[in-house]
Amino acid sequence: MDAILMQEKLVERLLCPRVRTARQKEKQYVGFATLPNQVHRKSVKKGFDFTLMVAGESGMGKSTLVNSLFLTDLYKDRKLLNAEERINQTVEIIKHTVDIEEKGVKLKLTIVDTPGFGDAVNNNQCWKPITDYIDQQFEQYFRDESGLNRKNIQDNRVHCCLYFIPPFGHGLRPVDVEFMKALHEKVNIIPLIAKADCLTPNEIKKLKDRIREEIDKFGIKVYQFPECDSDEDEEFKQLDKELKECTPFAVIGSNTVVEARGQRVRGRLYPWGIVEVENQSHCDFVKLRNMLIRSHMHDLKDVTCDVHYENYRAQCIQEMTSKLAQDNRMESPIPILPLSTPDVDTEKLIKMKDEELKRMQEMLTKMQQQMHDKDQ
Amino acid sequence: LLSLILSRYYRDCEPCIRNLSLGGHVGFDSLPDQLVSKSVTQGFCFNILCVGETGIGKSTLMNTLFNTMFENEEASHYQNGVYLRPRTYDLQESNVHLKLTIVDTVGFGDQINKEDSYKPIVDYIDTQFENYLQEELKIKRSLFNYHDTRIHICLYFIAPTGHSLKSLDLVTMKKLDSKVNIIPIIAKADTISKSELHKFKIKIMSELVSNGVQIYQFPTDDEAVSEINASMNAHLPFAVVGSVEEVKVGNKTVRARQYPWGVVQVENESHCDFVKLREMLIRVNMEDLREQTHARHYELYRRCKLEEMGFKDTDPDSQPFSLQETYEAKRKEFLGDLQRKEEEMRQMFVNKVKETEAELKEKERELHDKFEQLKRMHQEEKRKVEEKRRDLEEEMNAFNRKKVAAETLSLSQPLKKEKDKKK
Repeated sequence: MDAILMQEKLVERLLCPRVRTARQKEKQYVGFATLPNQVHRKSVKKGFDFTLMVAGESGMGKSTLVNSLFLTDLYKDRKLLNAEERINQTVEIIKHTVDIEEKGVKLKLTIVDTPGFGDAVNNNQCWKPITDYIDQQFEQYFRDESGLNRKNIQDNRVHCCLYFIPPFGHGLRPVDVEFMKALHEKVNIIPLIAKADCLTPNEIKKLKDRIREEIDKFGIKVYQFPECDSDEDEEFKQLDKELKECTPFAVIGSNTVVEARGQRVRGRLYPWGIVEVENQSHCDFVKLRNMLIRSHMHDLKDVTCDVHYENYRAQCIQEMTSKLAQDNRMESPIPILPLSTPDVDTEKLIKMKDEELKRMQEMLTKMQQQMHDKDQ
Repeated sequence: LLSLILSRYYRDCEPCIRNLSLGGHVGFDSLPDQLVSKSVTQGFCFNILCVGETGIGKSTLMNTLFNTMFENEEASHYQNGVYLRPRTYDLQESNVHLKLTIVDTVGFGDQINKEDSYKPIVDYIDTQFENYLQEELKIKRSLFNYHDTRIHICLYFIAPTGHSLKSLDLVTMKKLDSKVNIIPIIAKADTISKSELHKFKIKIMSELVSNGVQIYQFPTDDEAVSEINASMNAHLPFAVVGSVEEVKVGNKTVRARQYPWGVVQVENESHCDFVKLREMLIRVNMEDLREQTHARHYELYRRCKLEEMGFKDTDPDSQPFSLQETYEAKRKEFLGDLQRKEEEMRQMFVNKVKETEAELKEKERELHDKFEQLKRMHQEEKRKVEEKRRDLEEEMNAFNRKKVAAETLSLSQPLKKEKDKKK
């Protein structure tokens, strides 16, 4: 009885009123309305996976934010480099994979870290290792997809890249612009303003406006939240609009729990006050978490599969076919392909030579005859 | 200045110094006051260089330190290189005039390739030293009137990452530490909590020490200020917060930054080290900074420069203006050198011209010879052709004669035949 009630509730929530009345007319109940339920069950059994990349200079609070987002401690025993070791540092790619579970739903989370980005004195092309890594994952998936045995394909493609913009400047810096332009067509970029507790609310607003302007100006395609359907209720639409106007999110992370207003919360303790990470009036952490994990995680995966991966695949195939065509022309014998005017000339030449040959042969026969006559 | 005069005096009459006791009040204890009143009327001059990334808070800190709004526009992040922007202001407090020059580094830390970022800064500092040196070496000079633009203090703004210095910071400070007094400060310090700040300061100082970067140490040899200076030395680098906005706290209005979670007061010592910086920089050690710049950094520059030019230090009892004379001698030598080189070049030029002329003449002669030869050949041919023509003509004549003879013969032949027939 309970299951049927649940099913009916689910159906009512998901279907529009029109169909509901139709169902009310029909006395018979078919039952495919349980499909969402089945999908739900299967996906819980299968488990989910998600790959998140974090990029930005050292000291922007990337590790702290990841810890705060997933409420774990991913970065035990991390060794940070000294300033002189970083003068000529190259960018490394480090993956951390963890399995986390919540209410029976399993998530295999991979965090791709990029230590060394933007730290050296000369940062020319410092994003190259990162673009190479992303391409490598695409290539791997492409190969697996085209293989014969496709049962256990591991999806290591990067689904989302959080880019940390320093709050100390007046907007985007050249290295930020170059990085985002190199990556915006390979991965979903979500720009964040890091360490937002050094900006007053006015300053945050100014910086966000400035960054949005510069993103438009430089033509950087950051991840766009999908438009909500026109038949959603007003409250949802309002929330969605607020979310969109809030980008880029100004975030604060914390590894420590402090006591504030009688509760124990994640925060940062200062002599002049306590910054609460989950307080919406302090920073946009909650918005980021909700967006990234609670509502748009699957959309990020979809965009990666449908847009970025497909772009890569199309490009790859095009390159392969053009290379093939080039090789063909060099190997096969010459006049298979229809050639243009130069051949007409050679034909004429051939004709001339033919005629000359004929004439010479005639002369030869004549001479032979003459000789024959003489003999006689 | 006074100590210099005294030490010179003592040196000159080394063997016979006696300490005398005075019978009454003479009055030379007013000497420092005379010095002070002279320097007050002269006015003071102070030059600050602010080095740090765009947007790190250099202009705001200057405004906060001197409690005025110096005009400045926000710099852009897209400069092609680093350039320095000096601006001079005249300030007055009580009856003391201060000619303050603030030099800003625009575009520092913005480029993707920052290997040459330190160069414009070093060049600027050297140029100021050079200008002073030139003035010092002039024959008619007016040092007391000279507007001293040498940098007395470099405030290096460190970004509050909380981990350590950036690679650019290390490289730049190493290049600057022998040329200018450096005080490193942690900018925008309201983003670091107390425990993180402590670790951060220790890390920065240890990195500076292990890389041999010499920052300015507040002097501890003057008993009046040695204690406070020593304790301040332990607080380096200062973690500062700047603000020109005023916020009402309690029943006072203070300069502060207002956040949703609290108010950071600039002049509250438990919030940041701004007060310490102001004390040290302006109220206690400004004069020492100027002295260090002149006595240590400038002298080092001067020595290097003069050694480069080939001067050597002569022994103490040579004539006082040997520097000037050697300079003149060097100059003459240099000019002589120059002239000689000019002569050489001229000579070379003349030689080359002669050579080319000779070559051209040679070529001309050859050409002429060839022409003659060709002419001769041509004449020879002409003659041959003439001969042939004559032969041909002769032949033709002969042929014509034969023809005529043949014709007459044939004509006379039928006549003969007729004659025979008639016979």
